[in-house]
Amino acid sequence: MAPGRRTDWKSVLRVSPMRWIWIDRFLEFASGSHARAVKNVTLAEDHLHDHFPGFPVMPGSLMVEGMAQTGGILLGEANQFRHIVILAKVPRVTFHGWVCPGDQIIYTARLLDVRDEGGSVECTAHVGERLVAEAEIVFVHLDQNDPQLGRIDQKNFVFNSGLMSVFDVGKAASAGPAPSAGP
Amino acid sequence: MPAREEIFGTVRETLVDALGVDDDEVTPEATLVGDLGAESIDFLDIVFRLEKSFNIKIPRGELFPENLAAADSSFVQEGRITDSGLAELRARMPHADIDKLAEDPRVENIQDLFTVEMIVRFLESKLKG
Repeated sequence: MAPGRRTDWKSVLRVSPMRWIWIDRFLEFASGSHARAVKNVTLAEDHLHDHFPGFPVMPGSLMVEGMAQTGGILLGEANQFRHIVILAKVPRVTFHGWVCPGDQIIYTARLLDVRDEGGSVECTAHVGERLVAEAEIVFVHLDQNDPQLGRIDQKNFVFNSGLMSVFDVGKAASAGPAPSAGP
Repeated sequence: MPAREEIFGTVRETLVDALGVDDDEVTPEATLVGDLGAESIDFLDIVFRLEKSFNIKIPRGELFPENLAAADSSFVQEGRITDSGLAELRARMPHADIDKLAEDPRVENIQDLFTVEMIVRFLESKLKG
């Protein structure tokens, strides 16, 4: 790339929409209360080869994303997905240890507040018995017809890039009928 | 009903947690945006925390009204809040120091209404009622 030339990310994303799914499956979903989701960490994930070369560890920011996706879907479902849920603020986050390829993270999110304007959750991330991270996360709601909608970076949307397909993974993995694949 | 000092102490703790500021920065006259660096999303977080700390419900817009200047085109003229705008503010924010704003009623000064003292006054009347 020529020096000083900036990447046009919008056109990159148009060609190749980024999958931004940081949980693999729900283990438990108690509507309006709490949810547990699993994330399997694997060396097949490209980013672990850069973070860091020779020392692959799950980036803390992506654990926050996993907690936000677990908690954001919990909040969205509590309002029957009437609102667009946007990650707005992480008032508190603490990391307690490394997460490496081969580890299985269990995210637990508990709803603290559900309001018209938004909501908040407290979350933990465990690998086995080990607490690796904990956070409090605040979300705001937007509606489809909100004039501010276009000004918001879509990466902050909880339900984008097919994230809701994690529900289908749960159904497919259980003994229940697999979701229909469509035409 | 908790004493005023007690309310202030809890508000201070709340703001330290929500905004990541130091105890001694949270003085009664400190403005949330100018002095304590609050952004719009912090107001929702502060409301969540106050509801929990005081075990009360704070309906949307009661403590921190939204779009104050934009509610009616007659409220602002040439960047200044008109008398009818100030009257509206007094009605919607009885807990805020509107007299001080009236001394220099530029629109950009509206955010200075949001002070620590304003939150304490709001909670005092809320807990009384």
